[in-house]
Amino acid sequence: MWVYEKKLQYPVRVSKCDPRMARYLAEQYGGADGELAAALRYLNQRYTIPSKVIGLLTDIGTEEFAHLEMIATMIYKLTKDATPEQLEKAGLGPHYVSHDSALFYNNASGVPFTAAYIQAKGDPLADLYEDIAAEEKARATYQWLIDMTDDVDLQDSLKFLREREIVHALRFKEAVEIIKEDRDQKKVY
Amino acid sequence: MNSNSQIRRWYPFVGPHDPCEPMIVRTYVVPPNQYIPFQPMNLPQFSLEEALRLGTLWPALYSPYQSKCGGGSY
Repeated sequence: MWVYEKKLQYPVRVSKCDPRMARYLAEQYGGADGELAAALRYLNQRYTIPSKVIGLLTDIGTEEFAHLEMIATMIYKLTKDATPEQLEKAGLGPHYVSHDSALFYNNASGVPFTAAYIQAKGDPLADLYEDIAAEEKARATYQWLIDMTDDVDLQDSLKFLREREIVHALRFKEAVEIIKEDRDQKKVY
Repeated sequence: MNSNSQIRRWYPFVGPHDPCEPMIVRTYVVPPNQYIPFQPMNLPQFSLEEALRLGTLWPALYSPYQSKCGGGSY
């Protein structure tokens, strides 16, 4: 189970009316390398991974939901006061027709989220290497998102999220080391 | 940001008949996690305020990124 804290992991301030960025940020919301994919991937892998790294997957998977909430806040703030005309100009006309200004799990091109984005092979190394790759891909996506806006407040929150991807990738690399060392430790006992 | 030592540069082939103005230099970032297989104990830490702002408690893991759109100082 989870305990919910009614606050964001890091403040989200958006200073520029720019529904175009809302469209791009959807890549981290419902995209292949987005926060939803990350959270679902890690939390699902927990059941069949060696016990020593279950806690790590729980922690990081949970944090990804906190990131998802930050991205949702950004998208909401960028679109909540936009007119249909403004949304259309930002390329969100099709989104408006289907969702009004509701958020939806799709990527920046409007492709709906699918479980095909994530994998669970049941092999600890295969799964952890996928997780490392996912973190680096998300880091790269954050970089390109930061490149697409001159709103320093939005950049600030995105830079925080980018740094978290770097830390998570290292933690997954450490998990690989822990799995590799398992064999030696059994010999000692 | 030229002072960022995590940035790597490479120089793609420039053809004589390229349709667009050639991009002479391409860059990418190599974050510090690539050089730490397992984080050692007792590394120096940021202050808590700074750690929250930067997204990590560990200076050894911090990776700055400058928007290609401008704005922002770290």
